[in-house]
Amino acid sequence: MSSACFRSARTEDNMDTEYFFRLFFSGLTRGSIYALLALGYTMVYGIIKLINFAHGEIYMIGAFIALIMSGVFSIMGMPTLAILVLASLVAVVYSSAYGYTVEKLAYKPLRRAPRLSVLIGAIGMSLFLQNYVLLSQTSNFLPFPAMLPTLPIPGPFRGLMNSSQLVIFITTAVVMVILTVLIKFTKMGKSMRATSQDRTMATLVGINVNRVISWTFIIGSFTAALGGILISSFIGQINFYIGFIAGIKAFVAAVLGGIGSVPGAVLGSLVLGMAEAYAAGYISSQYEDVFAFVILVFILIFKPSGLLGKPEVQKV
Amino acid sequence: MNFQEIKRTLGVALWFVFLTFPIMVIQVRQVDMTIDWRWENMIYVGVGTFVGGLLWRFALSRRKTPGKAIPKVVSEDEHVSLEAVAGTGASLKQRLAALWAFVTQQKFRRGIYIAFAVLLVVFPLVNSLYQTSIMTTALIYVMLALGLNIVIGLGGMLHLGYIAFFAVGAYTYGILNHFFGIGFWLALPLGAFFATVAGVLLALPVIRLRGDYLAIVTLGFAEIVRIVFNNWNSLTGGPQGIGGIPRPGLFGIEMNLSMATTYTYYIIVAAVALTIFVVWRFYNSRLGRALVAMGEDDIAAESMGIDITRIKVIAFALGSLWAGMGGVIFASRTTFINPASFTVWQSVIVLSCVVLGGMGSIPGVIVGALGLILIPEYLRAFSDYRMLMFGAILVTMMVFRPGGLIQKKRKAYTFPVEEERTS
Amino acid sequence: MRNKFSVVFVAMVLLTTLVFAGGQQEGGPIKIGVAGAHSGDLASYGLPTVNAAELVVAEANANGGVLGRQIELIIEDDVCQPEVATNTAAKLVGDGVVAVIGHICSGATRAALGIYTGEEIITISPSATSPGLTQSGEFPVFFRTIAPDDAQGQMQAQFVAEELGVSSVAILHDGGDYGQGLAQFSQTSLEEDYPEVEVVLAEGVTVGAVDYSAIVNRVASSGAEAVIFGGYHPEASKIVGQMRSQGIAVPFISGDGVKDESFIDVAGEDAEGVYATGPMDTADNPVAQQARQAHVDEYGEEPGPFFMNAYAAAQAIVNAIEAAGSTEYQAIVDALHTEVVSTPVGDIKFDDRGDAEGVGFAIYQVQDGVYVEL
Repeated sequence: MSSACFRSARTEDNMDTEYFFRLFFSGLTRGSIYALLALGYTMVYGIIKLINFAHGEIYMIGAFIALIMSGVFSIMGMPTLAILVLASLVAVVYSSAYGYTVEKLAYKPLRRAPRLSVLIGAIGMSLFLQNYVLLSQTSNFLPFPAMLPTLPIPGPFRGLMNSSQLVIFITTAVVMVILTVLIKFTKMGKSMRATSQDRTMATLVGINVNRVISWTFIIGSFTAALGGILISSFIGQINFYIGFIAGIKAFVAAVLGGIGSVPGAVLGSLVLGMAEAYAAGYISSQYEDVFAFVILVFILIFKPSGLLGKPEVQKV
Repeated sequence: MNFQEIKRTLGVALWFVFLTFPIMVIQVRQVDMTIDWRWENMIYVGVGTFVGGLLWRFALSRRKTPGKAIPKVVSEDEHVSLEAVAGTGASLKQRLAALWAFVTQQKFRRGIYIAFAVLLVVFPLVNSLYQTSIMTTALIYVMLALGLNIVIGLGGMLHLGYIAFFAVGAYTYGILNHFFGIGFWLALPLGAFFATVAGVLLALPVIRLRGDYLAIVTLGFAEIVRIVFNNWNSLTGGPQGIGGIPRPGLFGIEMNLSMATTYTYYIIVAAVALTIFVVWRFYNSRLGRALVAMGEDDIAAESMGIDITRIKVIAFALGSLWAGMGGVIFASRTTFINPASFTVWQSVIVLSCVVLGGMGSIPGVIVGALGLILIPEYLRAFSDYRMLMFGAILVTMMVFRPGGLIQKKRKAYTFPVEEERTS
Repeated sequence: MRNKFSVVFVAMVLLTTLVFAGGQQEGGPIKIGVAGAHSGDLASYGLPTVNAAELVVAEANANGGVLGRQIELIIEDDVCQPEVATNTAAKLVGDGVVAVIGHICSGATRAALGIYTGEEIITISPSATSPGLTQSGEFPVFFRTIAPDDAQGQMQAQFVAEELGVSSVAILHDGGDYGQGLAQFSQTSLEEDYPEVEVVLAEGVTVGAVDYSAIVNRVASSGAEAVIFGGYHPEASKIVGQMRSQGIAVPFISGDGVKDESFIDVAGEDAEGVYATGPMDTADNPVAQQARQAHVDEYGEEPGPFFMNAYAAAQAIVNAIEAAGSTEYQAIVDALHTEVVSTPVGDIKFDDRGDAEGVGFAIYQVQDGVYVEL
């Protein structure tokens, strides 16, 4: 480990800068991937204060359905672009349907229950969905086709990142902008914010809270499935368990950024991704999670409600 | 149940057929790129969800209007006797309720506890090695859940890293035994001590955090502990773990496997009894009440003169102590430890024990832990479907008993006159 | 405790306890346990063993069973966790199995052996490679159809130093008991036997991470001329994929966790040129071909990790019971030590320590989408 550090120090300066920037893009990739998941997390949390453990499973199911459908379409002999578009479309629609159903089934009856009970329900749901896919499909890792289109890399970045990374960055940015616009300016977004601030009050002013919550889950699952397809395509493999670890990481990222805040989720994800990449690159890869969590603890000690979270107003 | 509801359930069943279509019906065979259409699954899903949906609707409607007559019989007169309803034209439900009330009267309660105690003591004598073995695991989790209950159930602090202290206890015994040959009985207090120290170390920096932020930091702490154990090869054996940890000794008597298992079982029973006793005393102490007050509203508690910092540290320390002790027993039982036993998932399981049983309630937490650990074992009869059903059970339990199996009773000040009536 | 539900619940649990506590009788089918991770993150390494055992037993039963009795499999999940494994082992002992095929992970196997050893239950693992399991001599009941990590590590070191002739290597592992163990043995072997090869980087990676480009960059900047990886195929294909996409073309050498068709499936073109040590000549072995075909016919997909080893384990135990002429522990153990059986991993019998003799190791390389023995 240490010998490697000295070695890289010995090499020329511009190699060092290049190494630094390579790690920067590694971190950016990880961060964007976490962000795609964290966005759904943070939206659901913002509305019903639930850590939706099943979110990672929705991501997994989205990717799985995309894989199955792309298999079906390619057997039917469709062109690549059509497969990409159709399979993604089916996957995204189905994931939204799954998110919607999960909410109706497991969370809606628990609207007035203690928050932790809903959390346990979510954990049960996550376990159920994992084993549902395991039993009806396979336990093996399956190859995921590289469906992402090839984009030209802008000049200065050539050699630092590849095309799929670029696609992921762009998608994350676009999704974040769309979500921000949706929440800031549309009627649905306003209802969401109102519901998040005070559910009873929202009901009183005529907002159909159940509908708002359903839509939140649908949108959250939509982004999760999008993330699932992009990430699986980037990694090139999938099995029934990929949701769990990714879900935990996304949850950490969302909290780090200030849970409930959309830009916060993206910022938190990027910070987490960067921390991991630089820890792996300069210190030690087996301790990358340790450094990520240490940074997390420090940030939270100095900003107890996350990077962009609003400090909670405490009332007695 | 009317026609409208049946029609709606049919709609739900069709929705599920649609939902499960790509995953349950289509299987792409990667070998020869052909598709298996498993249409039969579609029928199973349709029929299954229709029947299940009817049951679900029925159960939900019952949950919304709890049988009003039943609690009345119980609450109107605590000292209801069986004779009171025997002669009357009471329904079966009312009779059962009356019987229930009769059995659970104050004067019987001690009897019930004693019966449980006796059952626990004779358990290994009438059961197989396997039963004793899983009961030991379950009791270790009872201990963990009781400890975590102090932090979550009373203190209201969401702690997702509790398993780290369990790991500290287990590794204390493993490491000290490996390097210094320290025995079980010395390791037991040492494990508890180190876990408590770890608890205080964690508590100090996170005092200011609340809610999910606290959850994340504790989760991170547990991961840090696990990763360090996983990578510090010279001390912990890394992922290969530490093997050959001796089972607890009894004056140097040689024991075969089933004797040793039974002996370990009795040790954990005694440890759980001790835990229950101490935790119960703590609940009723000044500190315990202060902790409950803080859990309900920390600002109000602080303005009443409670030292929040001190209380939080004590809660973490006391909670971790039991985890450490449980860890030592765990290591001695498995005789082998490696970091695979101390993942986030294990923390989640302990948390589920507490929430499922009923936060803050001692009997609730005990029942929750026993249930959560034993159910997957008994579900082994369903082989592959084991974890699927476990997940479904967790969801169903929470939907139908969101407050946990046995809910915490709030302490209430009662006027001496009314003391007879409340219990 | 005034709650109907909870007491009913407790009563239910206790009742089931009593119901399940029944004993078992002599005669009837011969019971063989199959234990390993069948749910959770490691299920993909445990379930192929179940398939293998089912195929072997179905064939044996179709041919009239063993000793005139049918074989019944008792399949139990241990999630690869030591404490669950002890419970699983106790359950299998209670069910009256004569032998167990499993467990999958070394840690869980070790914990379970604490129970099997005392009860004299023969345990044949298809995948527990930790050398201590056989070399410590603690577990006379233990056998395995896979070579221990140290032999493989040595072979990798030799190959890197002598065949590839590189001067510096990076050693990566997945931090698990198999992967880290294997990586450590390669490293020790390199340092002791081939001091001319410098180990410039020795690192663990985080299993299940979404992106490995940071560590891949680290490998690039360390100037390593070859990469040795200890771990399973999902991580291997992610690392190889990212190495290749960043234009790092150095040789990639791994062990039997990667010498698996699924690696080639998942890694696709990036798998080309990857070296892996694995059991000798499985591809040309008729038993292996037949086993693979049986799996494809029955389950509609290629067999997963450790399938061949598990198939061999099941064959070995079935054969040993037949040869022993009884289900007596000592007789079966003797038969395992003496009887040679043709399996997908070669014609094997077991040495005194329980390691399979005849499970030769070879270096394979992926060429045109298949593993070719070098």
